[in-house]
Amino acid sequence: MPVTVNKLSFTYSAKTPYERKALNNINLQINEGDFLGIIGHTGSGKSTFIQHLNGLIKPQEGEIQIFDVKLTPDKRPKVNLRALRSQVGMVFQYPEYQLFADTVEKDVAFGPKNLGLSADEVSNRVRQAIEMVGLDYEAVKDRAPFELSGGQKRRVAIAGIIAMRPKMLILDEPTAGLDPFGKEQILNLIKYLKTHCSPTIVVISHDIDEITRFANRIVVFNDSRIVYDEPMQQLFKHSIQLQAMGLDIPRAVKIANALRDRGIDLGEDIVTAEDLMRAIAQRYNEKHSTQIDKEACVFDMYDFTHKWLTSEERAALEGKPVEPVEEEQPSGKLKHGKRKTQHVKKIKKSKRGKE
Amino acid sequence: MRDISFGQYYPVNSFIHNLDARVKILVTLLFMVSVFFIVSYTAFAFMFLLLTLTIAVSRVPFRIVAKTIEGILFLLIFTALINIFFTSSGNVLVPIRMGGNVVLNITDQGINFAIKMAFRFTLLVLGSSLLTLTTTPTELTDALEFLLKPLKLIRIPVHDLAIIMSIALRFIPGLVEETDKIMMAQKARGASLDSGNLFKKIKAMLPVLIPLFVSAFRRADELADALDARCYNASSTRTKLKVFKIKPMDIFVFVGFAVVLTAILLDKYFVGKYVPSPDLGGFEVQGLDVLIYNFIRSVVEHGKV
Repeated sequence: MPVTVNKLSFTYSAKTPYERKALNNINLQINEGDFLGIIGHTGSGKSTFIQHLNGLIKPQEGEIQIFDVKLTPDKRPKVNLRALRSQVGMVFQYPEYQLFADTVEKDVAFGPKNLGLSADEVSNRVRQAIEMVGLDYEAVKDRAPFELSGGQKRRVAIAGIIAMRPKMLILDEPTAGLDPFGKEQILNLIKYLKTHCSPTIVVISHDIDEITRFANRIVVFNDSRIVYDEPMQQLFKHSIQLQAMGLDIPRAVKIANALRDRGIDLGEDIVTAEDLMRAIAQRYNEKHSTQIDKEACVFDMYDFTHKWLTSEERAALEGKPVEPVEEEQPSGKLKHGKRKTQHVKKIKKSKRGKE
Repeated sequence: MRDISFGQYYPVNSFIHNLDARVKILVTLLFMVSVFFIVSYTAFAFMFLLLTLTIAVSRVPFRIVAKTIEGILFLLIFTALINIFFTSSGNVLVPIRMGGNVVLNITDQGINFAIKMAFRFTLLVLGSSLLTLTTTPTELTDALEFLLKPLKLIRIPVHDLAIIMSIALRFIPGLVEETDKIMMAQKARGASLDSGNLFKKIKAMLPVLIPLFVSAFRRADELADALDARCYNASSTRTKLKVFKIKPMDIFVFVGFAVVLTAILLDKYFVGKYVPSPDLGGFEVQGLDVLIYNFIRSVVEHGKV
């Protein structure tokens, strides 16, 4: 089990008028392969919590077991924080503000270099990390990070973390301040990293519609405590309580709840837009005995935006040369076109199946 | 978030907090001047007592005021050592020899100087930090602007300077927070910011300093745009949100401290003039200490006053 948190508490500026309790008796287990979403409004303690997971804050009370490292309030034994940080990658909010080197390559190399790896290994990892985040290594490696676009900077910053090959990746508001297209790219990148880089991922987000698209489990922080820790499909049974805490619920859940209030019950387990569409199609089919393909109704926002862009526009947005859509390669290169083709194929296949 | 308690405003409601900021600045200035005129241990004792009382009234915990001393501890010890080793007057207590020759002497007068200098520094730092602990930065700059108004006559843009100062003060907590964030982010990438020799440490700070500068310039740019967008113009006369108004208490405090300063000046110039100080071979006894010294000596020598 990667992370076990036991009775963790933390207070900022203790014994001053600025004293503020940030964490109060937190107990949590994060399992291998979890795609954990953390929600909670500003000041609920979620950022403080994830800083503990990386050893950036020493626990004041309680203890944390992260992989083979144990963090306790005691001064001894001394913990090897660098070893911990190579296993847990942390992408802070607005990570592009931490870029400092004069070239993208040097910046991404900062993390692996600090791990004391050989020059060959460092440059290998840098190349792979830059490609993993969907940038063209040759085109960006010698450019200054400050002259890239906002979305590209953020991807470079994320590359700087994954170049350390963490077993667990923590991201704090990874899409904050990006346009819808940039958001889409980062979300797809996170999904991709889950399968190709770090099997365990923790994401903090304010956008509940975003988090429900990939999380399999959601933890809710409120007033420095964990109030809910549920599988994603189960969480929105507590819709009323969540809204009372000032938290948003997914639009699909809102629509399903509104329909239920008007006498149309589509079932309990609707969380994403896709769920809602399937349920509506199913309902429609049942009522009118038609055979609408449920899967064909489901569209992906990413595909949607892409349908309206020419390949040149797409290339301009992504800041890389136009490339033909390739079949999957074992090298682990991220091609945005790939997802699309797979998805389209899936839909086509299902259509053909129906015929 | 880091604990920055060095002179940071401590928000409680107290008599001292409610005093007019201009009076507080003036009294602090008088206090600083008077500290340099203190010569006798009696006056030091009185001043420490007065400061302790003020701190107690201000309801700022002693722990927090005392913390400001930490910052100048090095300076304090350094000047004390200089005084101890390089004062040649007074009676030699410990001669320091090097190859048979006496190179330096530790004298009683040297120790005397060292203690007094340390007292002066302590008083200065505690007194001035009490000002910033009990006055918000806004009040402070407003009061400074008022006090510096006469400089307008010689065409010094006092208002602009005050705005610059309040913006600078306003930005400090933000920059500290930003530094903290960046340091955390770089630590998460395996940076070690506090090991190795000085040169290594400076080099290790680069990944923190560069993003910090970038963000400082970005913030400054944004602030300038925001000021422009609101048609801010420093040259026009503007009214104040908080208008200073002198209360009877302010006058009382000011006059009270003027009396204290007078007493200290009397201690230095008057008492010494009319009471002959004892001849102790270079070791000076000054001010009211002379009376106390004479009193103790007469008790010891004659068994009575």
